[in-house]
Amino acid sequence: MANFSQYLKDFPILSRSVRGANRLIYLDSGATSQKPNQVIDAESNFYRTVNSAVHRGAHLLAEESSLAYESARENVANFINSQTNEVIFTKSATESLNALAYSFGNSEKGSLFYLQPGDEILVSEMEHHANLIPWQQLAKRTGATLRWIEVDGDGRLDLTSINKLITAKTKIVALTHQSNVLGTINPIKDLAKLSKNVGAIFVLDACQSVPHFQIDVKELGIDFLAFSGHKMLGPTGVGVLWGRGELLKQMPPFLFGGSMIDSVTMTEATWADIPRKFEAGVPNMAQAVGLSAAIDYLNQIGMEQIHEHEIGLTKRLLDGLLHIQGVKIIGPTDLSDRGGVVSFTVDGVHPHDVGQVLDQYGIAVRTGHHCAWPLMRKLNVVGTTRASFHLYNTDADVDKLLDSIIEVQRYFKVNK
Amino acid sequence: MELDSLYQEVILDHYRNPHHKGLSENKDIQVKHNNPSCGDEVTLNLSMKDGLVQNISWDGVGCSISMSSVSMMSDLLLNKTYLESIEILDAFVELMQSKGQSKGDEEVLDDAVAFAGVSKFPARIKCALLGWMAFKDASSQLMA
Repeated sequence: MANFSQYLKDFPILSRSVRGANRLIYLDSGATSQKPNQVIDAESNFYRTVNSAVHRGAHLLAEESSLAYESARENVANFINSQTNEVIFTKSATESLNALAYSFGNSEKGSLFYLQPGDEILVSEMEHHANLIPWQQLAKRTGATLRWIEVDGDGRLDLTSINKLITAKTKIVALTHQSNVLGTINPIKDLAKLSKNVGAIFVLDACQSVPHFQIDVKELGIDFLAFSGHKMLGPTGVGVLWGRGELLKQMPPFLFGGSMIDSVTMTEATWADIPRKFEAGVPNMAQAVGLSAAIDYLNQIGMEQIHEHEIGLTKRLLDGLLHIQGVKIIGPTDLSDRGGVVSFTVDGVHPHDVGQVLDQYGIAVRTGHHCAWPLMRKLNVVGTTRASFHLYNTDADVDKLLDSIIEVQRYFKVNK
Repeated sequence: MELDSLYQEVILDHYRNPHHKGLSENKDIQVKHNNPSCGDEVTLNLSMKDGLVQNISWDGVGCSISMSSVSMMSDLLLNKTYLESIEILDAFVELMQSKGQSKGDEEVLDDAVAFAGVSKFPARIKCALLGWMAFKDASSQLMA
């Protein structure tokens, strides 16, 4: 197995100290990942050397920036095994999912995407707000009914009555690939197949999966996919919406403006081909180029190796937590179909206070409801403390976290 | 340790044994405030008579800072006039905005000066203010 500590030097932020002389132990990659020099350089070099508006202008810089931007698109497409023109750059995964909800909502009667009372949209209880609220509000606007798959005691989707949830009424199924709270990886291939059988459109929120393991959109059998650049070592301000070509061609655009048109008169407009139809305005070029550099970086190490490394860390953390009395893991404790996100609670100490003490030791974790408030209510917890990994984390990080949790218990005098 | 300036013993005492917790029937108004970034929630029941804070009771879930703050606030504001309560509230808000530069006026804030350390932790200021903002909301509605 590759020695992952060799990559730490690529991440300048990891060499800073925090709260005194503590080494930064960054365990919040589920919120956003850190960036290697290769990505920071790619983004700033774009500004230094080729910056100009893509797809416009008759000059050399416009030619070079267009090439850089379109090469980034090709790189993303290869990364998820799609056609290049099926990749749309957005500003974030949140925007990708909202773009879908608005485009569907703008569809005319007779369109594949048209929703009306009696139709159903299916989500799950473990969705991030970004893959819940767009659909909840779309249902409100169209009169469609929002339904959801419940979460069981182990933190997995309860699929016992899935045939009653995915029916001829189901028009859209929108699910997360990996829970940002529980780490659970959902059986997407099976669920996409069930959706296809009833003619429903399947939307995958891949924010927590694409950055951590190999995704193949064809193999998954899904229709749409959303993820963000900043969780996969890329810059903020760039996300991806992927859709099957024939669906994107039928889908109406929801952002209008420059670049996305074929022709315009004072009273009418027609749209450019995909993907440009969905990219109005001068796009986030430098960020797309930075994302492309992040993909190169991930590919060089190998997604399989990265996943294996993160699973090793997850196992170490789960084993450690199971041995601390008064600590409860929120989510699956077995490693099958599970990623590198571990939520836990400490008896007698609120998550916010847990995070505060960990911070004093240089450990950055996320605390609270993780933008998944309905899931917190379902699990009957006010919030959790969450550690989430990426390739730059080490066994030493996990051990320091485990030791510091004991310190949390000592500080609040709740150790047994 | 820097942490000790945040978690003063009196704060942890109120967290473990909160005062005026449990909603009383004796109320003229009920308000519910939450902190959407962390999920903390406070429900406050307030009764005012002749311009006097006659009863405060509350319930809620949250971190040690938010829960102890509403507990101490209830002690402080009970039996105060509306104007006195707002003066104390303003003093507390000022302390929270002091970025660690103020120790707080013990004459006005009593035990609540223990929260002075919170002002050094920007992410926790809203925790400390949760219950106070609920009181401000409830009392101003009653006095309107």
